[in-house]
Amino acid sequence: MKQWEVVIGIETHVQLSTQSKIFSGSSTAFGAEPNVQANAVDIALPGVLPVLNKGAVDCAIRFGLAVEAEVAPKSVFARKNYFYPDLPKGYQISQYELPVVVGGKVNITLGQGDTATEKTINLTRAHLEEDAGKSLHEDFHGKTGIDLNRAGTPLLEIVTEPDMRSSAEAVAYAKALHALVRWIGICDGNMQEGSFRCDANVSVRPLGQKEFGTRREIKNLNSFRFMQQAIDYEVQWQIATIEDGGRIEQATVLFDPDTGETRAMRSKEDAHDYRYFPDPDLLPLIIDRDWVERTRSAMPELPAAKKQRFMADYNLSAYDATTLTSSLEIADYYEAAVAVAGNAAAKPCANWVMVDLAARLNKDGKELADSPVSAAQLGGLVARIADNTISNNIAKKVFEALWNGEGRSADEIIEKQGLKQITDTGAIEALIDGVLAANEAMVAEFRAGKEKAFNALVGQAMKATKGKANPQQVNELLRKKLG
Amino acid sequence: MITRSLSSLAQALAAKEISSVELTQLYLDRIARLNPSVNAYITVDAEKSLAQAQAADALRAAGQAGPLTGIPLAQKDIFCAKGWLTTCGSKMLGNFVSPYDATVIERFNAAGSVILGKTNMDEFAMGSSNETSYFGSVKNPWDNARVPGGSSGGSAAAVAALLAPAATGTDTGGSIRQPAALCNLTGLKPTYGVVSRYGMIAFASSLDQGGPMARSAEDCALLLNTMAGFDERDSTSLDRPAEDYGRDLEKPLAGLKIGLPKEFFGEGCTPEVMALVEAAIAEYRKLGAETVEVSLPNMKLSVPAYYVIAPAEASSNLSRFDGVRYGYRAPEYADLSDMYSKSRAQGFGAEVKRRILIGTYVLSHGYYDAYYLQAQRIRRLIANDFVEAFKQCDVIMGPTSPSTAFKLGERAADPVQMYLSDIYTIAVNLAGLPGMSVPCGFAGGLPAGLQLIGDYFSEAKLLNVAHRYQQVTDWHLQHPAGLV
Repeated sequence: MKQWEVVIGIETHVQLSTQSKIFSGSSTAFGAEPNVQANAVDIALPGVLPVLNKGAVDCAIRFGLAVEAEVAPKSVFARKNYFYPDLPKGYQISQYELPVVVGGKVNITLGQGDTATEKTINLTRAHLEEDAGKSLHEDFHGKTGIDLNRAGTPLLEIVTEPDMRSSAEAVAYAKALHALVRWIGICDGNMQEGSFRCDANVSVRPLGQKEFGTRREIKNLNSFRFMQQAIDYEVQWQIATIEDGGRIEQATVLFDPDTGETRAMRSKEDAHDYRYFPDPDLLPLIIDRDWVERTRSAMPELPAAKKQRFMADYNLSAYDATTLTSSLEIADYYEAAVAVAGNAAAKPCANWVMVDLAARLNKDGKELADSPVSAAQLGGLVARIADNTISNNIAKKVFEALWNGEGRSADEIIEKQGLKQITDTGAIEALIDGVLAANEAMVAEFRAGKEKAFNALVGQAMKATKGKANPQQVNELLRKKLG
Repeated sequence: MITRSLSSLAQALAAKEISSVELTQLYLDRIARLNPSVNAYITVDAEKSLAQAQAADALRAAGQAGPLTGIPLAQKDIFCAKGWLTTCGSKMLGNFVSPYDATVIERFNAAGSVILGKTNMDEFAMGSSNETSYFGSVKNPWDNARVPGGSSGGSAAAVAALLAPAATGTDTGGSIRQPAALCNLTGLKPTYGVVSRYGMIAFASSLDQGGPMARSAEDCALLLNTMAGFDERDSTSLDRPAEDYGRDLEKPLAGLKIGLPKEFFGEGCTPEVMALVEAAIAEYRKLGAETVEVSLPNMKLSVPAYYVIAPAEASSNLSRFDGVRYGYRAPEYADLSDMYSKSRAQGFGAEVKRRILIGTYVLSHGYYDAYYLQAQRIRRLIANDFVEAFKQCDVIMGPTSPSTAFKLGERAADPVQMYLSDIYTIAVNLAGLPGMSVPCGFAGGLPAGLQLIGDYFSEAKLLNVAHRYQQVTDWHLQHPAGLV
């Protein structure tokens, strides 16, 4: 059987987090009543004109810098002409021949742990454009309603080279891009609300063939799971079609999550001639060095740099560093915790953030931003483990107490609830003597060779101190006494 | 009263010789009587006008009157005016009452002037005779069998017939200057970007420019002072310090260098018009000006380049008229696509459709480079021609229109003949330069215009050059018989 190679390129529409629209002063907030956020410009009254929102350009520059692309000193807005009821002007203002961002790359990690591999996905370009409105087909008795609230919302369309070779790579890219645009604060990343939408161009070719196969474009993938399913289905369908002697026709397809299938929406024959030409209502977008540098100086440290720094400064493994830099929030949280706990406790801090905190958040269905335990509180807790004030087990109790708001800090809870670890050798010896005296039967069993009895004695000692005795010391001293 | 200049009307208002309400009523009465035959206005709304006049009188009583306070003006129906029917001469917008004011209207309102009505125009400003208006053709007050020119034909006819003391126009390829020439008015198309296009319904965005149409250069300066100025709502508006366009009106012309492009003085112009233009230039020599021959070698390409660029932009600009949100929608249709085609087929007139088709064609895949890009290159060549010419002269002169007013219907069937009405004016729009038309005499009882073209931002100089001529001539003071 023939071996097939999958080729995927992705176009992503990223809604930019500006307060107002790209060419008008209307609000971009999601969820308002239909058409209340559509002013004269948005509904394209006769005579109105677009004025570029510089905030959208700031976002594009940030993105260009984050992916090491060229921020074009001069780019041009063009009109993409087509008729549709949710496109009020009869054209979309976009960028065509001269986009604002040229080139760039996004690194993705495939697999986990020791088998993880890295791959670079190259970007072709990213350009600014306006979103269209929405057609509402329900509740209008056979008619269609139009909501223009979204019309004019700024988008950055990010286009990759056909660099991906599997649905897993495509999803890894989409996730990395999703994390990046949120990291640099240009998009809220809300996929349900349509803030981050992907189109996947998919083709297959016999392994070793140089030319690309004919591609079909899967439109509007708004979840990573659907992306994976849609590409997998599409790839199988294309291979089966070719193997059955058919040919792939260039087409735009939609993924139906209910059936798990893709189906053609329109073929190449009905492809529009968009008659792009430079928009005479807008001057070319000129971005000077100053603007770029001003933006650069306001940029957060990027994930790759932060990951390297975490490995160097905190002695973290690549895996830990990757996890802790998966979003800016988690990285900031982690660093704030370490700042309190001290660099020596960097690794336990990492574990607490990645394991205990993550599990607790997950249990309550909370986001990190809503965590009842602040980074400083968690750092204070880890500091007390590190200096042997409490054991790891007690720490879990203290954490739960912090979570439930029983105290302002770990120290306060340890003090109030008397959880301080007993480390005084004399005190522990006295305690052990008492336990041995009260449990002669167990001592006898131990001496008869039952190792289990030893553990039971440790348990008795810990119980007598409500777990506050240092378990290691209890072990050592008990063994010595029974020795 | 009806033949007075704007400044003399302002004096009359200041001296309480007449109130704004009375002055407005005077014009409304004339409009009621004469407009049915001239058809200069599409919309008149006495109640609204008089309310504005009343407010102007109150402003004056409060001592807050400016130079245009209380003066009624005719507004081309291309400018959106809040609460006014704003049709752009089209059935497509036959029911469109604008919910907002164009920047130009806003500025006139702030100055306290009165909207006398909305004037007739070629549909979406596409035409040189005002015959493409859905609201009927306009008659030239100098001969009602003839066209007033276009597209600002209603504004020109309104002022010429003394149905308004002055008016606004817009000029994409000559639409202020040509009707001014054909109706014996003074009209100014400013440098592209001087007057905001916000609220001025777009024909060809990179060429459209609003400007004044009045009886004299002095009146034009007054109007431009109010119309011009940076507007952040128009990205192509130029952020320049405000200026008084009348500041140099009286400057002597001794030493002025007038460039005479040989391309303006060859074939194409009727001998009667050419004789009047040459007489006007002779008058300038008497005023101390010198003439020098210059050349605009790419002039001949301006009409073809214009008829690629303007329709290309128009085809896109007019896409918003789709029957979905406002304007005309066909009463019956089968589906969405049918609604679009029927609404647009029924809502647009023949000339508009012709230009949408031309524009769609030249932007289409495979034709874009050959037409649109090529036309843009020519546009740059033409602009460079002017840059070279202005190294040798201060102002360029020639005819505005190759002929006097032609007969209604005479060119309607021949678009190319019609397009050639603008051979002298189009290059100015392509280059973005300021241009004027100034009355320079009569041939067979019909007025002719002298065109003045200046370098970028030389509006004050053009007005100066026109004004000095108007002080030694009285062509601009002539009125059509029987109207005074």
